[in-house]
Amino acid sequence: MSGVRLLVGTRKGAFILTSDGRREKWDVSAPQFGGWQFYHLKGSPVAPNRVYASQSSDWFGQTMQRSDDGGKTWETVGNKFLYDGIQGTHQWYDGTPHPWEFKRVWHLEPSLSDPDTVYAGVEDAALFKSTDGGQTWHELSHLRGHSTGSKWSPGAGGMCLHTILIDPSNHNRLYVGISAAGAFRSDDAGETWKPITKGLYSKYLPDPTSEVGHCVHRIAQHPSRPDTLFMQKHWDVMRTDDRGESWHKISGNLPTDFGFVIDVHAHEPETVFVVPIKSDSEHYPMDGKLQVFRSRSGGNEWQAMTKGLPQKDCYVNVLREAMDVDTLDECGVYFGTTGGQVYGSTDGGETWSVIVHDLPPVVSVEVQTI
Amino acid sequence: MVRVELPYHLRQLARVDHEVAVDVSGVVTAGAIIDALETRFPMLRGTIRDHATGQRRPFLRFFACEEDVSFAGLDAPLPEAVADGREPLTILGALAGG
Repeated sequence: MSGVRLLVGTRKGAFILTSDGRREKWDVSAPQFGGWQFYHLKGSPVAPNRVYASQSSDWFGQTMQRSDDGGKTWETVGNKFLYDGIQGTHQWYDGTPHPWEFKRVWHLEPSLSDPDTVYAGVEDAALFKSTDGGQTWHELSHLRGHSTGSKWSPGAGGMCLHTILIDPSNHNRLYVGISAAGAFRSDDAGETWKPITKGLYSKYLPDPTSEVGHCVHRIAQHPSRPDTLFMQKHWDVMRTDDRGESWHKISGNLPTDFGFVIDVHAHEPETVFVVPIKSDSEHYPMDGKLQVFRSRSGGNEWQAMTKGLPQKDCYVNVLREAMDVDTLDECGVYFGTTGGQVYGSTDGGETWSVIVHDLPPVVSVEVQTI
Repeated sequence: MVRVELPYHLRQLARVDHEVAVDVSGVVTAGAIIDALETRFPMLRGTIRDHATGQRRPFLRFFACEEDVSFAGLDAPLPEAVADGREPLTILGALAGG
């Protein structure tokens, strides 16, 4: 491992940021497919130069790109995401039934063992899989066909399946997060699904402890402790230690527990990072100060990490896909903002520096340690 | 050959920097032109017509001989000047957004 590659998705193109292991000087690529939205890019853990990218446009729909040289060149692959079987309905914002309509791919999760296999989480919420390097896609429709599917409803950003986690100790165990349906687990590679929402409380729901309807923003997992998950819900930071069977709140002393991103230190499974956002009506940090909060105790006790981050007049947001960590000895932490900045820390969040100031609004940041 | 003007994003996707020409056999319609385009440029599949419905994407319009032919239907014959290559079919994206 001698360097780091950041795959940055923005509202107006993808960017590849590269550095050596010192992470002091960065090369910023030219825009890849400038003008297109890139909701997510992610590399295969077993073939890092194989990178999948979700490219979309309100005008031209969804397209998919694949690179086999770490983002230097791209090949357009399959973009036919057709729901399997009877389309059915979910709940619309006003509670009326609404047919499922494919809009875009929010998240790509390459297999942990096969570079040609990749999962895609889409809006309206569904899980797709490709086993031929993205050329063709088929829906794992038992998720959408879950008995609660007709009760799922969109969050403000649409009804998106934004988190896919593959248990590194059991590749048949999958977790997904859906805004605003909740969280689900499959123990049989997507054949059957179980809502895992016990312990979640969402006061805006008619039944705050309902099995579905929770606006889950992001779920993170450390590979060494696959039974433990950390969740940034719409409000509340949550934790489970039993694969989602029960959750408990770990917001502790956070100044606000609304936010989007959550991630775990590469070498310390009890060290967690969040970026608190003032409220769901004001999608920017409190008091104009951009602060990453770090807990080294698995939650509840949080410390503001501010050195190198703007501490006045800062009103950006950090979206759910826009934080990641590298696996170098001194764990690097990175996040991007809707203001187009990408920040990095090479000391586990103690100090931060800006890698690039002025990209288009950043939607996603994925890190490859190469 | 039928001439087609693509919007910037689709030229970028197809890796062309100018108007393209495609062979269309039979009656020249918007649907037949898109079929030919997608054969020559497979990366454009689904970007002009929605995969699920087969219909023109709502933020796109088709123009021929300075007339909006978007609502004539994909199977309607286009003007002779487009069919014989004197005029292009122009695919235009809505001028909106940030």
